[in-house]
Amino acid sequence: MSNLIKGKKHDWETVIGLEIHAQVKSNSKLFSSSSTTFGSKPNSQVSLVDAAMPGMLPVINKYCIEQAIKTGIGLNAKINNYSIFDRKNYFYADLPQGYQISQYKHPIVGEGKVTIDFKDGSSKDIRIVRLHLEQDAGKSLHDQNPTKTYVDLNRSGVALMEIVSEPDIRNADEAGLYINKIRSILMYLDTCDGNMQEGSLRADVNISVRKPGDDYGTRCEIKNLNSIKFIKQAINYEVKRQIEVLEEGGVIEQNTLLFNTSTGKTRPMRSKEEAHDYRYFPDPDLLPLVIGQSEIENLKNEIPELPDDRKKRYINEYNLSNYDASVLTSDKSVSDFFDSVIKVDSRLKKSSKIVVNWITSELFSLLNENDLEINNSPITPENLGKLVKLIIDDVISGKIAKDVLLEMFKTKKDPDKIIEDKGLKQVTDTSLIETIVDDVIDENHKMVDQYLLGKDKLLGFFVGQAMKKSKGKANPKILNEILKEKLSKKN
Amino acid sequence: MKLDTNTINKIAKLARIKLSEEEAEDLLKDMNSILDWVEQLNEVNTDSIEPLANISSSILPQRKDESSDVNSSDEILQNSPDKLEGYFAVPKVVE
Repeated sequence: MSNLIKGKKHDWETVIGLEIHAQVKSNSKLFSSSSTTFGSKPNSQVSLVDAAMPGMLPVINKYCIEQAIKTGIGLNAKINNYSIFDRKNYFYADLPQGYQISQYKHPIVGEGKVTIDFKDGSSKDIRIVRLHLEQDAGKSLHDQNPTKTYVDLNRSGVALMEIVSEPDIRNADEAGLYINKIRSILMYLDTCDGNMQEGSLRADVNISVRKPGDDYGTRCEIKNLNSIKFIKQAINYEVKRQIEVLEEGGVIEQNTLLFNTSTGKTRPMRSKEEAHDYRYFPDPDLLPLVIGQSEIENLKNEIPELPDDRKKRYINEYNLSNYDASVLTSDKSVSDFFDSVIKVDSRLKKSSKIVVNWITSELFSLLNENDLEINNSPITPENLGKLVKLIIDDVISGKIAKDVLLEMFKTKKDPDKIIEDKGLKQVTDTSLIETIVDDVIDENHKMVDQYLLGKDKLLGFFVGQAMKKSKGKANPKILNEILKEKLSKKN
Repeated sequence: MKLDTNTINKIAKLARIKLSEEEAEDLLKDMNSILDWVEQLNEVNTDSIEPLANISSSILPQRKDESSDVNSSDEILQNSPDKLEGYFAVPKVVE
């Protein structure tokens, strides 16, 4: 696939880098013991440290450090034994300290990489520059009152991991795949809940365009996007805007932009004259963070099977394609569900592709229609495994299995019980099928004559009639064989 | 290094401090003499020395991830000149 975009004058290449902010899944904040619960009463989870009362001192949360290290390991990144907390200075109503405690020149995690997988089976590495720990700011509500802004400090001081990528991303789809991959790694590690709606995961997107082979163009940064859909929309809009400006002979000004989700457009957030000068310096309230190699090794032992390892296992053990395996592993709960289905019977391993299809097409469409997540599926992995076993054993046809699945969804019943109660077992008894076929031939003399004269297409008609008579229970393979045989004898 | 009035005004703006022209002149003199004094450190060769983040040799103290629910809103909002339903109310800031 070409990554170049056709302009009016020549082709353009898009260069994108992402800064992802992932909230650490912890009980208390990074430097205070206030709760991190989402959606609580405004300003109810604010300690004197979070409110920046004079004389208050930050004390770091050990658990948050460990989660940042684990995430670094999951991103195949270097863990730095020595890192420093700095003050990033700026004034804003939801930042009571007047600075954010962050990490600047010495982050806790250094260079790493993640792999994204495309539909055509190919893949690409996106390099990570760094991951650092920092405090979240409070929340401002601007649209409640014409002259006031309302401020809630509950989120103020919550631990964030900022994950910065190299500008290795070339289009909106790659950006979507990249953020999905990061989200999936975080959720396997359980270091972030990955909830984009609640803002636990959000991204700033840096975008520039250039003629292929040129140096990087001037970039703009779109702030605070909290859904993959908006990220893609914002990128596509901004790329088009930058190309238009440049082709009309203009220049791109380095700007911070906001994306308006209702108009689908970007607009400048701060003008250049007021460009921020953060005046970083080491926070004198905090000593350097020293992490021993043994602590890193201990945390390595706690790392679970990650999406890429699981993907490899699926390819090797179950013979799945790279893409199927990456779709399945991108959501941990789907992948866990698949693992439990496969375990139901040793023979399912060979029919893994059928299992994948029943999960990703049939079960998913039922779940979607009913607005359910796989974790709340009324159909257990055990019962889905039993159903697939019934199909591969030729006990029921794929068509009847869909009805059984629906019944399982509604009643949570065992599929064996459902086909027993409803008498849905596939007919494989050849004498019974022969009788049905004889009846069909007797009742359709004209059609039989036409078929014998060469209208081969009519075979489908006979199969349909016979199926109908068997109430869909005749084994299609046996039925076809008998039908062809009997018709040929008529000649 | 010598500062000029523009730099003084920029620093003042970043710190949200309003300066009169006279104050800016005074501060320019003060800050230049402070910088001159600090610049004596340039006489020391520091080529092979890592920058020091903190002079203390102690280790960063760490705490367990335990949350204490304080239900702080009344106390936190006590000094706020303006509030509404548990929120601080401030003059409108929109970027």
